[in-house]
Amino acid sequence: MADFFAQHYNMIVILLSTTMLGISAGLMGCFLVLRKEALIADAVSHATLPGIGIGFLIAYTLEYDDGRFIPLLLSCAALTAFLGAKSVQYITNHTKLHPDTAIASTMSFFYGVGLILLNIIQNLETGNKAGLNSFLLGQVSGLTRIDLIMLFTVSVLSILLIYINYKTFRLLCFDKTYAQLIGMKTKITERLMLLLMILIVCVGLKTVGLILIVALLITPAVTARLWCNTTEAMLVTAACLGALSCAIGVYLSSLYTLPTGAVIVMTSFSLFCLSLIIRKLKHV
Amino acid sequence: MSNKTNTANTLQYKGVSCRYKPHETDVLENISTEIPSAQITGIIGPNGAGKSTLIKATLDLIPYQGKITKPDNIAYIPQRKDIDWDFPISALDVCLMGLYPQIGWLKRIKKEHKAKALEMLEHVKLADKAHSPIGTLSGGQQQRVFMARALIQDADLFLLDEPMVGIDAKTQELLFEIFQQLKKQNKTIVIVHHNLITAQNHFDHVILLNKSIIATGPPEQALMSENLNQAYQ
Repeated sequence: MADFFAQHYNMIVILLSTTMLGISAGLMGCFLVLRKEALIADAVSHATLPGIGIGFLIAYTLEYDDGRFIPLLLSCAALTAFLGAKSVQYITNHTKLHPDTAIASTMSFFYGVGLILLNIIQNLETGNKAGLNSFLLGQVSGLTRIDLIMLFTVSVLSILLIYINYKTFRLLCFDKTYAQLIGMKTKITERLMLLLMILIVCVGLKTVGLILIVALLITPAVTARLWCNTTEAMLVTAACLGALSCAIGVYLSSLYTLPTGAVIVMTSFSLFCLSLIIRKLKHV
Repeated sequence: MSNKTNTANTLQYKGVSCRYKPHETDVLENISTEIPSAQITGIIGPNGAGKSTLIKATLDLIPYQGKITKPDNIAYIPQRKDIDWDFPISALDVCLMGLYPQIGWLKRIKKEHKAKALEMLEHVKLADKAHSPIGTLSGGQQQRVFMARALIQDADLFLLDEPMVGIDAKTQELLFEIFQQLKKQNKTIVIVHHNLITAQNHFDHVILLNKSIIATGPPEQALMSENLNQAYQ
């Protein structure tokens, strides 16, 4: 047994961290689905790209870690993701545009800025720019020790915060007016939810990639909704499905050297299709 | 002491005007009236008269000019269309929401809270549906769940926005019965309503509204045909 652990130490650590990511994303996704704000996650994830570019350029200029200093990269990513979410909010509140329009325009703008920054970085003479592309599609083989520590810590922290705030999150999703009326600080709760989503997206970037991470948030929640009639059951099911998708995705992608994000998303969508078919058969 | 109880559930409007956007015209114009405490008041008027707006202003959900004096603890039942009936939540869980301030935001729900919520669901004759998802209940049952949530709050003022729309006669009867009980407990009840016939029988006081107040008073007086003609012209 001890031998097994020693031999597969890396794989076990990676599986453990990514499974935690799957759980936290599955939980968070439920609240996004219940608030009908699934697309906000897409805007937020695409808005991380300029932050990654900016973070790299700052670290590069300061000659720190050849530019790829992950905590700085992810902090900047979180910052631009926050700006992305706020832009969507601003456009929706101050124009007659609907959120979907605001999200589509914001998402492409931030992504465009990010691509320009990546292009500038690729043309730099030095700097450890290799691997920046893994932020787009995700690649577990590129995960370093510090990546895994951040992934694990942030995921566990998010799971705990969601567990503690579950009651208020649910009330906010169900009936915001009533929440305000009985004295809940809805602004703080909304900010906490946004912050948690940004954190999960940011630490998940290197595993799933920013283009596909929305699917890891949403698909387990949607599948769970097919089966569950209470929020508690939906959360537990989505967490399990998220964990399963991540574990299978990570394992298969490392076995056949495929992009991890894509395999995770395919696994999670297969589980969704399977659920649809089973439910259809049950009703026949 | 008696004086204190009287002012505790006073609802008073002084020169209240409302508009949704700065350049639009007022939805409500210069509303000044006092709603009698420990009575059942109906707010009546045509579509777009600003009835719901008045309720929303009372709840501080939209900005307004003027002054509204109101009790601290207000229970509110929204219009049916404002609720997502597909939300995965049971009748009991909805009812429990009324206890959240008591339970504490980050604290867990205990057995005694659940017992209290069950008792309230029993009061609205829905104990057997406590664990059913709200989406599977009939319109009348859904409205009773929200009534239970309002009752469990033990509020001084009850605001209900079109509570009788889309519900069965049995539930309507039960709700009016509950309003009478609340009245006896010295609670103030304000109901946005559109049915002029039931209004005559069930309300102590009526506010006839169309942007501004057309008439107030006992229903037989406020709902006189000349007032109605003016409001519904």
